Amino acid sequence: MVVLSLKRALIIVISLHAFIAVDQAYPQHPSEEVAISENQIGRPGGRLVVSLRSEPKTLNPVTSTDISSREVIAQLIGDLVHINRLSQQTEPALAKTWHISPDGLRYTLQLRRGLHFSDGHPVDADDVIFSFKVYLDESVHSPQRDLLVIKGKPIGIERVDAYSVVFTLAQPYAATERLFDSIAILPKHLLEEAYKSGKLLQAWGLGTSPQGIAGLGPFRLKEYVAGQRITLERNPYYWKVDRNGTRLPYLDQITFLFVANADTEVIRFQAGDTDIINRISAEDYSVLEKEQSARSFHLFDLGPSLEFNFLFFNLNTVVPAQSSELIRRQVWFRDVKFRQAISLGIDREAIARIVYRGRGTPLWTPVTPASSFWVNAAIPHPARSVEGARKLLASARFSWKDDGTLVDASGSPVAFSIITSASNLQRTQMATMIQADLKDLGIQVQVVPLDFHSALDRIFQTHDYEAAVLGLGAGDVDPTSEMNVWLSSGNDHVWDIGEPHPATSWELEIDQLMEKQLSTMKPSNRKLLYDRVQEILADDVPLICLASPDVLVGAKDQVANFKPGILDPHALWNSQELFLRGNGNASTR
Amino acid sequence: MRDKNKIAVLLFCLGALHLAAIFAGFFSPYDFAQQDRAIPYAPPSRLHFRDVKGTIHWRPLVCLLVERPGTFGVYDEDLQKCFPLRFMVRGSEYKLLGLFKSTWHLFGVSVPARVLLMGTDNYGRDVFSRLLYGSQVSLLAGLLATALSLGIGALLGIMAGYYGGWIDVVVMRCGELFLALPWLYLLFALRAFLPLHINSGQAFLLVIAVIGTIGWARPARLIRGVVLSGKERHYVLAAQLSGGSDLYVMRRHILPQTWSILLTQAALLIPQYILAEVTLSFLGLGVGEPAPSWGNMLATLQQYSVLVSYWWMWAPGLAVIPVFLGYLLLANALQAKGGLHRV
Repeated sequence: MVVLSLKRALIIVISLHAFIAVDQAYPQHPSEEVAISENQIGRPGGRLVVSLRSEPKTLNPVTSTDISSREVIAQLIGDLVHINRLSQQTEPALAKTWHISPDGLRYTLQLRRGLHFSDGHPVDADDVIFSFKVYLDESVHSPQRDLLVIKGKPIGIERVDAYSVVFTLAQPYAATERLFDSIAILPKHLLEEAYKSGKLLQAWGLGTSPQGIAGLGPFRLKEYVAGQRITLERNPYYWKVDRNGTRLPYLDQITFLFVANADTEVIRFQAGDTDIINRISAEDYSVLEKEQSARSFHLFDLGPSLEFNFLFFNLNTVVPAQSSELIRRQVWFRDVKFRQAISLGIDREAIARIVYRGRGTPLWTPVTPASSFWVNAAIPHPARSVEGARKLLASARFSWKDDGTLVDASGSPVAFSIITSASNLQRTQMATMIQADLKDLGIQVQVVPLDFHSALDRIFQTHDYEAAVLGLGAGDVDPTSEMNVWLSSGNDHVWDIGEPHPATSWELEIDQLMEKQLSTMKPSNRKLLYDRVQEILADDVPLICLASPDVLVGAKDQVANFKPGILDPHALWNSQELFLRGNGNASTR
Repeated sequence: MRDKNKIAVLLFCLGALHLAAIFAGFFSPYDFAQQDRAIPYAPPSRLHFRDVKGTIHWRPLVCLLVERPGTFGVYDEDLQKCFPLRFMVRGSEYKLLGLFKSTWHLFGVSVPARVLLMGTDNYGRDVFSRLLYGSQVSLLAGLLATALSLGIGALLGIMAGYYGGWIDVVVMRCGELFLALPWLYLLFALRAFLPLHINSGQAFLLVIAVIGTIGWARPARLIRGVVLSGKERHYVLAAQLSGGSDLYVMRRHILPQTWSILLTQAALLIPQYILAEVTLSFLGLGVGEPAPSWGNMLATLQQYSVLVSYWWMWAPGLAVIPVFLGYLLLANALQAKGGLHRV
């Protein structure tokens, strides 16, 4: 049986060359160093249908930034070292082993031999060198470049032989292996020309023909229908096999349907049009939950996510002439006792319960319980206390008028507005609950839901706001992924963006701690440093952390090997292992 | 005669509705912004006439709601803790007509139970109380915006019809421009430029100003038509010949001819403008939280989960129906009456 199918595939490959949709998987050559996947043995065949909330903008891994593009691209590409989304640990991918020099500055990676891109072209070290050259090229403006620049110096890369490369760092860097995750190895034979002629940014748009795109992911492009769907087919050259030696992936096809919004996504899943639903909101979860057994699908509540939502005040230095009102209010915002009082006056338990329908976790630090290793368990979780908040305010020379209005030392009433993104209902609800909570302290709060882009514009560009509710979702559990938020010079240092030098002593201390943990190699020592960062953040409350939603996903009972993880992309990270029980396609359509 | 009766009945019904709105503080058992976070999305209270011991009460009992552990928004009644519904009770403080402080409410139950005629919303706020307070915003917005646009419309329409010539051309072309503009998109653009600090009261006035001002063109056209034929009447000519000033003639002889048109238009425009306010608030352009209006209450229905799970959240959508019916029937009756007069 094995021999027969092997022969047939060989004949097809040889006679029609590699560009045809190969019926059977590419036969395993003895010299090919495939990875063996420890999954439950599955049944090949079938089609999986998944929904996407917006159409991807590109299939180019170098330039993509939006979630939908990245979700599709993740199926098309392979990386050198991969983070297992379930164990959250790194594991060998295209690099089968790696060695670190004693000083921690040189990483030697051994590539798997005999691998092929999805168009049948062989892979070697030149493709790896080419890929990193592209990512590091400043004129390409790849979003991955920031990750690969450590302490202002780009990572160095050199070829040792056809199957090994060396990466050199300017200084020891704690999470180096994690850097390689999701950095696609690009086919030099397809992209070099575009790169040399400066057209790489336009390459691999949605209009590209399937033959023009190749990667090392479990799937490859089959068809794109504008406004409707994008279909991927099995990559016959994929470099993973199961324990029986069957080449993965099991599925023949994955179709991404473009749906208008979250509601449509839920309705399509309810109707059986899609097999997997990713990132369900707690409200929709409660709707779907009731139908679980009747419609033979299963929902998963994976517990807290890495997303943390918070309230923060505008501490940016602003031009006095334009914003005298804001500057007057910033006197309160800069007072740590004021921030502590607001933090104490907010009922986080109620927010987590009501906003996330009980499928959320109240937060007192930006590190959610999802990163069980890094979270500082010693940070206290004080319950809401109106008296405590009033005491703090009184000690900061605030007082109350007869009608209960809070006034500052100069006698003017304390009032401010909170901006949120109108499209994020949960954050608007948080702001509305904060409004009610702070009324008990005599503070008049105005909730202003804005269009998503104008809200971001006010926070990151014009600094024209007083307070905002925002959420950040770390891509990885490792603290290095949040450098941009905690470093005072960072672009995501939301409360005071890109400080030329640390504005306060505690921001200076955070800077030092974060830099230090970056070059500390031992995880337990890094944890001590990061614990201290969390302590400072809890004491000085630049961000008043509110709550984290649970990761909620769902899949039809028919989908097997479904192991959703807390890390993005939650559901489809192990698409190569997924298979369909029973016969035929999982989706009714 | 029948028409007169009909108009009287309709006016009485609409009057009652508006009275309920004006005295919302008194008729509603709770404050519109009071959040009871223990009972989000609680269904309307059940009224019991028989307690656990089987005793029959003439006062209906309302029982305490307890959330079923481990669930969200699923409640059981604690039948051991039931409280009789009482009339004329003391409750939260409110301002009647915005002037007099009062704590009297028409009905209520003793704490910790809550009487919820239309359940609660996602923050555990009483939907019935919010509906009444919201009607203040929505109904008043309809009335004020109608007054505004009819005022502008009548003024410009009479001027255009009476003077004719270039005034007529300018006013009518402007009117056509106003009818042709895509207002919703302009309003979205306008909202982005507004300052962040705009409280509910200011937002309310702004909404009225906007929908009132942009609606002048239609009544102006109608009134211009009436004036065009009206100014040819002999008594108008006589008044002009006897040396009556333009202002005098317009006020004394032209304006009265437009009364029936104005009334009918008012009865038609009020529901239209109520709907406009509801639409704007529904889309987040109107009155903001925590102040309720029918539109922003309905906005929660934009969520699929709320739409299919909590039927009582539809209340503001249903409340619109009797109001519209009342006004539209009134417009019909007025038109019929006006028609009889003219013949």
